[in-house]
Amino acid sequence: MTLELFFQYLFAGITYGSLYAIVAIGFNIIYNTTGIINFAQGEFVMLGGMISISLLQFMPLGAAIAVAVLITMLIGAAIEMLFIRWLVHPSVLRLVIITIGISILLRESALHIWGESIRSLPYFYGNEITTFSLGSVNISPQVIWVILACAVMMVGLNIFFRSTPIGREMRACAANRTAALLCGVNTRNMVTLSFMLSAGIGALAGCVMSPITYTQYDSGASLAIKGFTVAILGGLGNSMAAVAAGLLLGIIEAFSVTVVPLAFQDAVTITILLIILFVRPHGIFGSSEAARLKDF
Amino acid sequence: MNTRTSQQEPMLLLEKVNKQFGGLQAINNVGFTVQPGCIKAVIGPNGAGKTTLFNLIAGNIPVSSGTIIFQGQEIRGKKSHEIARMGMSRTFQNIKLFHGMTALECVMVGRHTRSCAGFLAGMLSLPWTWQEERAIRSRSMELLEMLEIADLAGTEVSSLAFGQQRAVEMARALAAEPDLLLLDEPAAGLNIYETAEVARLITAIRDMGITVLLVEHDMSLVMDVSDEIVVLSFGSKVAEDIPANIQKNAEVIKIYLGEDETV
Amino acid sequence: MKTRKLLSLTALALLTAGLHLFTVLSGTQFYLTQLTMAAYYGLVVIGLGVMMGYAGQISIGHAGFFAIGGYLSAALTTNDLTPFLAPGLIRWLDRVGLLVHGQDIFGDPLMTVSPWAACLSAVTVTALIALLIGGPVLKLRGHYLAMATLGFGIIVYRIFLASPFFGEADGISEVPGFQLLPATGLLGPVIISGDAAHRVLNYYLAWGVLLLGMALLLNLIDSRAGRALRSLHSSEEAAEAFGIDTARCKVQVFVLSAIYAALAGSLLTHFNGGIGPGEASVMKSVRYVALVAVGGMTSLWGTLVMGVGLTFLSLRGVFGSYDDVVFGVILIAVMLFAPEGVLRGLFGRALQRFLPGRQT
Repeated sequence: MTLELFFQYLFAGITYGSLYAIVAIGFNIIYNTTGIINFAQGEFVMLGGMISISLLQFMPLGAAIAVAVLITMLIGAAIEMLFIRWLVHPSVLRLVIITIGISILLRESALHIWGESIRSLPYFYGNEITTFSLGSVNISPQVIWVILACAVMMVGLNIFFRSTPIGREMRACAANRTAALLCGVNTRNMVTLSFMLSAGIGALAGCVMSPITYTQYDSGASLAIKGFTVAILGGLGNSMAAVAAGLLLGIIEAFSVTVVPLAFQDAVTITILLIILFVRPHGIFGSSEAARLKDF
Repeated sequence: MNTRTSQQEPMLLLEKVNKQFGGLQAINNVGFTVQPGCIKAVIGPNGAGKTTLFNLIAGNIPVSSGTIIFQGQEIRGKKSHEIARMGMSRTFQNIKLFHGMTALECVMVGRHTRSCAGFLAGMLSLPWTWQEERAIRSRSMELLEMLEIADLAGTEVSSLAFGQQRAVEMARALAAEPDLLLLDEPAAGLNIYETAEVARLITAIRDMGITVLLVEHDMSLVMDVSDEIVVLSFGSKVAEDIPANIQKNAEVIKIYLGEDETV
Repeated sequence: MKTRKLLSLTALALLTAGLHLFTVLSGTQFYLTQLTMAAYYGLVVIGLGVMMGYAGQISIGHAGFFAIGGYLSAALTTNDLTPFLAPGLIRWLDRVGLLVHGQDIFGDPLMTVSPWAACLSAVTVTALIALLIGGPVLKLRGHYLAMATLGFGIIVYRIFLASPFFGEADGISEVPGFQLLPATGLLGPVIISGDAAHRVLNYYLAWGVLLLGMALLLNLIDSRAGRALRSLHSSEEAAEAFGIDTARCKVQVFVLSAIYAALAGSLLTHFNGGIGPGEASVMKSVRYVALVAVGGMTSLWGTLVMGVGLTFLSLRGVFGSYDDVVFGVILIAVMLFAPEGVLRGLFGRALQRFLPGRQT
C-alpha cells in the first residue's frame, strides 16, 4: 500500500468514525438518562439529512441545516412524549420493541415523503472534485467540515453537561434518577431533553455527512447498528470513550476494504459487534465490575 | 461443636470462606459445619453478609477463597443448577416465584430434579412421560395440601397474597425433596400467627429428615426452632453455639444492642 | 387439559376445512395460495412465540433462519453441482440417490440435489448454526440480546445479497417442486409446488404442517421442559436453584425455533418456486416479532391466529404500500396499550378460558 493510499483510507476512516461516534453519543445520552437503547437513533441522522435537503430550496445552506436540526429535535421530543413518557415501569423487552417500531415508522414516513431516491446536500465548499493538499495527500474540504462539526459538538456537549444548570441536572438524573427527583429535578423533562439532544446531534451529523455518504430513507438502520457497536466498544454510557471507539471502528472499516469485498463491509462491523458482545460486553474501556451493576 | 468427634460426615462444611466485592470484604474467613438432620440458623444485623453467604453456598456467586463442601463434594466451579441436583434447595428472601404460572405449576417446577422427561420427549408427549407428569402433579398437590393452600392450586401466583406466595415458595423448595434446605428469611413480612406457623413447619421439615440452614431476623423464631446458631457481624463469624448460650453471649448482645448508651 | 388441547387442535383442523369450503362456495379459490403461504409464515411465528413469549428471549434475527432454510433448499435444488464438488463425491451421492439429473434452459445437463436431501440438509445446517451461535448469544440479555440477534440477521442478509451462488439481489428462481411422495395407485404424487393443479393439496399440506407444529409446541409448554422454559423467563436465579440448566434450556428453544423457521423457509421456497434477499431483511424479522407481540406473548393460539391472519391480509395486498408501516404501528400500539397481546387485551380472560396452552 502506498503512503498516499494509506492516508486516503485513514481520512475516510476518521470521517466515518466521527459520524459513528456522534451516533454512539446519541445512544449514550438517552441511555444515561433512561436506560433505554433507542433503536431509532440512526433515523435521526437520516431525518437531519433529508429535511435539510428539502429546506435547501427555500433558504441558504446554513439556515436549512439549522432549521433541519431544530425540526429533528422537535420530532425527538414528540417521540418521547408520545411513546415513552407515560409508560409506568416498562420492561426492557417492551422498550426495545417500541423503539424498533418508532424506527420503522420514521423510515416508512421518509419513504412516503421523499421516495426511494438517493439525495444529498451540496458540498459546503467547492464540489466533489475540489481537494486541497496536505503534504502529499489530497483531502476533500467536506472531510474537514465533518471532523470540525463533530469536534465542535463534542466540546459543546462537554460544556453543556459540565457548566450549565440543565446539563448538571441531566447528569444528576443519569447518576441516580430517584435522588435527582428528590432534589427537585424534573426527571421527566430531562428525559425529553435527552431525546431532543440526541436527535439534534444526530441530525447535525446527518447534514454534514450528507454530501459524502448521501442520504436515503433506509440509511438509518446500518448507522444505528454501527453507532451501537461503537457505544458498546467504548462501554455503554461513556461518551469520551465512544469517540475513541468510533475512530477505531471507522479506521478498521476503511482498511477492511483492502481484504474483504465492499459488500461485506457491514458484516465486518457486525462481526466486531458480536465478538465484543461475547467477549467484553462492558466495552474495551469499561470495567466489568461497573457493568454488572447495570440492569441490562 | 467439634466436627471431629461427630460420627457423621457433615451435610455442609464451610472453611475459611472469603468473598470480596471490589474492595469490600463481604465475607471474612467464615467457617462452620451443618450436621445432617439439624436446624442451623445464621443471624446478624443488616449488612452482616447473611444473604451473600447463602448465595455463595447456592453457587450463585463464586467464593474468593476458601472451600465449601456439600455432601462431601467441593462446590467450587459448580453451577447453581448442578448444586441443586446434588440435593440442595432454597427459598428466597424477596420471593422469586415464576410469574405467569399457577401455584401448582410453580411447585411442579420444584420437582425438576426428581424427574427426567427431556425436550423431545415433552414435545412428542411420549406415553412414559404421562406417568411421570401424573407423579409430579400428585406429589406437588400433596405439598400444597400440606401447606394448606391446595385450594389455590389453579391460581396464578402473582395474584396470591404475600403469605400465600411464601407458602408456595416453601412447597416448591420441598418438592425437590432436598437433603439440605436453605431458608432465606422465611418469616419476613409475616404476622406473628403466620410466623408461629412457619416455626412449626420448619420443625416438621426437620422431622422429615431434611437438614435446614436458616437465615432469619425474627429472634423468637430463631431461638425457638434452631439447634445451633451462627452469628455474623460485618462478614465475620462472632459466635457459634446453641440458642441458650447465644442469648447469654456478651458479644452478641453488644452487636444487637450497640456498644453502650454513650455511643 | 389434554381434552382441551385436542379440542382446540380439532377446531383448527375444522377451520382449515371450513376455509377451503368457503373459498369453494364463494368462488375465491385463489385465496388458497395466500392461505398456504400464510400457514408457512405462521409456522415461523409460533416457533418464535415459544422462544419470546414463554422463554422470554427476544430474537430480531429470525428472518435469517428462515432465509438460510429457504436459500439452501433453493441453491441445492437449482445450482448445478458439477463445478462445486469432486467427481468422485458426486458419483457417490448419485449412487445413494440424492441427486437429480435435469436440463437447464439451454439444454445442458444439470446435476442437482433432490428436494428431500436439500430440505433435510437445509434444516440441519440451520439447526447447527443456531446451536453454534446460541451459546454465546443467549448469555446476553435485554438490549444486548436484541442487538446481537439483529446483527446476526443483518450478516445473513448481507451474505445472501453479496453471494453469486445465492443469486445476489435477484435471489434464486426456478426452484423445482418438492415431491414428498410418488404417485401410488389412484393417488397422484404428493408435491409441494405453486402449480395451480396442486393448489388444494398444498393448502392442506401447509396447514397440516402448521397443525402438527402447533401440537408439538402445545405439548412442549405443558411438559417438564416447557415449565423449565417458562420458569427462566421470570427468574433465572430461581430456575437455576431448582436444577434447571438455564443456559442449555435457552439454546434448546433457540434451536427449536430456528428449525421451525428453516422448515417454513424451505417448504415455502419450494411452493413459491423461488426466494429473494428480502426474506432475510431486518423488516421481516421485525414483522415476526410484531406478530408474536400482537398475538399475545404467552398465548400460542393468539400468536397463531394473528400471525396467519395478518400475514394473509398482507399477502393479499390489503395494506398496499403501507405494509411495513402497518406492522410498525401494530408493534408500537400493542406494546403501548396491550403488552399482553390484543386478544387478551380486548377480550380478557373470558377468551383465554377457551384457549389452552398455559392453564393447569
